[in-house]
Amino acid sequence: MADLTKLTISEARNGLKNKEFTTVELTEAYLKKMDECRKLNAFVCEAPEKALEQARASQEKYNHNSAGDLEGIPLGIKDLFCTKGMATTACSNILKGFVPPYESTVTSKLLEAGAVFLGKLNLDEFAMGGSNETSAFGPVVNPWSKDVPLVAGGSSGGSAAAVAADMCAAATGTDTGGSIRQPSAYCGVTGMKPTYGRCSRYGIIAFASSLDQAGPIAKDVRDCAIMLKTMAGYDAKDSTSARENVPDFESFLGQDIKGMKVGIPAEYRVDALDEEVAAYWRKASEMLKSRGAEIVDISLPHTKYALATYYIVAPAEASSNLARYDGLRYGNRVDGAHLDDMYINSRTAGFGREVKRRIMMGTYVLSAGYYDAYYLKAQKVRRLIRDDFVKAFEKCDLILTPTAPTAAFPIGDKSMQDNPILMWLNDIFTVAVSLAGLPAMSLPVGLSSQGLPLGMQLIGRAFDEASIFKAAAGLEQDIAFRGIK
Amino acid sequence: MAIDKETVRRIAFLSRLRVEDDKIEAVENEFNKILNWVEQLKEVDTESVEPLISVNENHLILRKDEVTEGNQAEAVLANAPMKEYGYFAVPKVVE
Repeated sequence: MADLTKLTISEARNGLKNKEFTTVELTEAYLKKMDECRKLNAFVCEAPEKALEQARASQEKYNHNSAGDLEGIPLGIKDLFCTKGMATTACSNILKGFVPPYESTVTSKLLEAGAVFLGKLNLDEFAMGGSNETSAFGPVVNPWSKDVPLVAGGSSGGSAAAVAADMCAAATGTDTGGSIRQPSAYCGVTGMKPTYGRCSRYGIIAFASSLDQAGPIAKDVRDCAIMLKTMAGYDAKDSTSARENVPDFESFLGQDIKGMKVGIPAEYRVDALDEEVAAYWRKASEMLKSRGAEIVDISLPHTKYALATYYIVAPAEASSNLARYDGLRYGNRVDGAHLDDMYINSRTAGFGREVKRRIMMGTYVLSAGYYDAYYLKAQKVRRLIRDDFVKAFEKCDLILTPTAPTAAFPIGDKSMQDNPILMWLNDIFTVAVSLAGLPAMSLPVGLSSQGLPLGMQLIGRAFDEASIFKAAAGLEQDIAFRGIK
Repeated sequence: MAIDKETVRRIAFLSRLRVEDDKIEAVENEFNKILNWVEQLKEVDTESVEPLISVNENHLILRKDEVTEGNQAEAVLANAPMKEYGYFAVPKVVE
């Protein structure tokens, strides 16, 4: 039998329907691959027995022709989604041993559709990071690494690496400032951050609530469409989830893009942009053009302020969200002489360096006397950034940019460890989109001269994932990117 | 705006985090580096701009005031590091 882990979700579903193999065989193939690739450190919790049990139940569904949309498909779940009865840590010591008594809305939708959960995937602690190096479980190794171990990106580094290495058919991710798109680019897989509000945030451990959004990381555009269809939808348990109708995203694949206007923002030609990335950017726009799209120059004048805005807004929200880790109701507790001491001991022992940095930054910008100068100012600039996109979308239907300025970098890069701002600069092309709440997809566009994958980003209007899927499917066909050999 | 050591101590306490005395200076320097960098926002004219609190245009709706998933004290307490008599237990707060 061919290697089942190479199959996309749509191929695996067909194989299962046609009885070419069973759900148990499919799950076993992935469990074997997880075992072989353990050194990548992508999974932080493995659930082989539960997965096989789910797989057996799924086979019954196929036998009785009552299979769901994801019946028997083995998935990896970012360890930021609460999974009932399965440890959930956000890759933080403060949540070590936490077993949620409930299921997040997104994962319960996936389970209802028949998905098999292989386990939980590594991430930057509380999704705060761009290299997966802030995880309490240690960094994920990019499966494309050659001599030197490279980062998988972050924060959904485990998700992107696991999909790239065929350790799961697809994975869930979350994106606050680029956490789905940037690791997808670094690992040569396809990842989509839908419009803010598309997926319920209920049961996803909160980082920055006005930005956090769940989305799929998958082997191709079609699989992203299949996953998102199941993950999306209004949820009464999340007041920010959107009432918008969820279309069958798969139906947009193969639709032609003649006359579609694709914007190229002048401000994204930054100094830090790698020459090879720039060349692929031109190439991708040529491909869209030859499919009948019209390429237009656009301007997003406040782009250069997006990072600073993000690094005020996100830590502010994080400091508030992470106040709940008090050593009382769940998670790690370190005793102290009195209540404040217990809080301080528990939090100081439980949180890592980057998380502490952001909690303190956020506390500072929200504190009396500084609120207007920092937080309120950032919220105003956020509106200008959003308005830039609104204006740009009067001239175009989609925006094409690189996902990240460079390919993946080595684990433990000293300059970035010493200077957090350098690390944050990797998010330069993704944060503005997050601040504006827009949908965006990263898809692999080719390899660098070092043999490392590079990603392109397609940005759409709010709730117009459809245009992204149309253009992405065309680009994917023209690029014909091949995964790891 | 630059911050000093006293501010670092105050912010650490507000954050309920401990910064050891020998680390205060490093945190102070790092904070000032970051604050210097975000100073660039001052260039932007936001005189007549309304703050954007959420990109979401949903109007919050009221739900019926009724218990939906009640009687789950055991599940709620399941992860508590310390519990007594069906309650979360805290260190003594009244002298």
